[in-house]
Amino acid sequence: MNRLLSNVVGSFVEAWQELRIHKTRVMLSLIGVAVAVCAITSVVGLGAVAQQALQEQNEQQGGRAATLSLYVAKYDGTAMDPEVMQDLWTTSLDRYGIEYASRIVNSSQTVQFADGAVPVRVTAVDQAYGTMHRVKLTEGGWFTAEDADRLAPAVLVNQVYYDRLGRPDLATHPTTILLGDRPTTAVITGVYPVSTWDTEPAMYMLTDTLTGLSSPEQQTANGVVPNYEMWVPTDLSEDLTTAIQRDFTAAIGKGTNVSVSRQDYAAFNEDPFASIKLLVGGVAGLVLLLGALGLVNIALVTLKQRIREIGVRRSFGATAGRVFFSVMMESIVATLVAGVVGVIGAVLIVTNPMLQEFISQGMVTDFPPFPVEAAILGLVCATVVGALAGLLPALVAVRVKVIDAIRY
Amino acid sequence: MTLLHLAGVTRTVQLVDAPPLTILSGVDLDVAVGDRVSIVGRSGSGKSTLLNLLGLLDNPTTGDLEFGSRPVKSFSSAERDRVRGRDVGFIFQQFNLLQGRTALENVMTPLLYAQGKQFWQRARIASEMLERVGLGHRLGAMPDRLSGGEQQRVAIARSLVRGPRLILADEPTGALDLETGADVMALLDEVATASGAALITITHDPAIAALASRHLRLDHGVLTVAGAPAAPVLHDTEFAAVPA
Repeated sequence: MNRLLSNVVGSFVEAWQELRIHKTRVMLSLIGVAVAVCAITSVVGLGAVAQQALQEQNEQQGGRAATLSLYVAKYDGTAMDPEVMQDLWTTSLDRYGIEYASRIVNSSQTVQFADGAVPVRVTAVDQAYGTMHRVKLTEGGWFTAEDADRLAPAVLVNQVYYDRLGRPDLATHPTTILLGDRPTTAVITGVYPVSTWDTEPAMYMLTDTLTGLSSPEQQTANGVVPNYEMWVPTDLSEDLTTAIQRDFTAAIGKGTNVSVSRQDYAAFNEDPFASIKLLVGGVAGLVLLLGALGLVNIALVTLKQRIREIGVRRSFGATAGRVFFSVMMESIVATLVAGVVGVIGAVLIVTNPMLQEFISQGMVTDFPPFPVEAAILGLVCATVVGALAGLLPALVAVRVKVIDAIRY
Repeated sequence: MTLLHLAGVTRTVQLVDAPPLTILSGVDLDVAVGDRVSIVGRSGSGKSTLLNLLGLLDNPTTGDLEFGSRPVKSFSSAERDRVRGRDVGFIFQQFNLLQGRTALENVMTPLLYAQGKQFWQRARIASEMLERVGLGHRLGAMPDRLSGGEQQRVAIARSLVRGPRLILADEPTGALDLETGADVMALLDEVATASGAALITITHDPAIAALASRHLRLDHGVLTVAGAPAAPVLHDTEFAAVPA
């Protein structure tokens, strides 16, 4: 054990001395390796940012895994009875103990701005929607249970809407006038961000608020059918899909289309960045290979100049195994150092705010930290390249004849 | 106590398109702890080949070679390397200091192949060794900043730092002027005596050879007592009876 420890430490010391003495040569030969490691690590790191952007976008649109979407419509095109649907919906949630569920109605509401009345896209939801879709606000807070009882309904507006109002301080309870059958003054309680390409005002309100803004006749005439969403455990999603579909079909009867399906991103296991990742990863792999070849080349040439040194070391008791290990270690230590440099470069690139903004397109609120697996991948690549590049010179070094080497 | 025992040792090299070349022929030699042996011979007489055999760097073609009463043939390759590192110290004509490393790092080199205290305290041990050879003030000096005499003193320190039982010096003063050479040999003799190691010196210089207590000559691969080329080399017990 003692011998093994001193052999390993001794090999490191020898390798480090060798690298220190030939630092210029080593640095030049390692540029390729450092660049390749930086590229590979950056690809993985930026992939994680892009993945996060995609996930957040998907969660905002399709909900978290697993979100079941329930759609009910009559084949003849007539509207479903809202009271029957609501009854069935609440019964179903109670039966299966589903805590997070929301009705979603996409509608439009005319809003009075200073420069005129403008139709604004409305997404009417229940309180649980905020959690289910990870809705993040830049100001204010998501709907609370008390919001359902407000006389002046609460609304959450997007940044475009908020900018158009002149960004009033939410602490002053700013209001906005909703026109229509029943003109209403609503209170803005929160502001949510928009993507860079979104230029139209929009708002969230509670489903019951939207219902209250129009008469039952008008709702029936409009034929507004809510979409129903439930956030359920992933492992139960298939069973619940079957059960809820069966319950609704049985309760409503023939002539009705009942559809329950998963709409969240995890239901589609495709990575839209797979091809670009493969392409950049492949190029980085080639760069790494070229770097390794350069390393082998320089190591072999250098070895010719080191034959006497190897002979001297052998005369002072270095075993063939020790010489092999030391030459290998030189290569590995060198590429590991290059790998660390490459990973540091990748961290600087991936965490650069301008690049993050470019990759995320304003869709990421929680930038993921630099992924540890990317750094580990970079260091593993560097070590493997070092080991492969060191193998040939190490074999040559072992074959050196001590007597000839000393006389060299 | 016999450290080295050679009996009927020959070393032959196979040549392409030519009969085998015999470099050493029937070499008999015993070296005990504390011996001072000089071997003189002309170029091509087989001195370096003999040194390689004595230093466990090469194997005899025929004959018996024992180190510390153990046949060298019974050593595995790694064991032979370890015995060499622990018990044999080399001093070369061209010093063979490792370039780019300080005097201290050069002296520490053999200790990198040691274990235990010698390995972990190598910096202290090497510093003390350099102090002993009078180079305590040049620990951080690179070889190309040292004079020839200083370089050879570093080489001596390096060969002795692991406390070997046998020191093999191949033309240790060959690259030095007469005065410096004498100083270096005096130092070598002093530290070898202090450590109790046997010293075998290969040299062209009669003055250097004269410092040893036993004088041998190698001529066309045959080892004889110096001054009596025809006489065979006898073992220790018989040596005193051979006329000068």
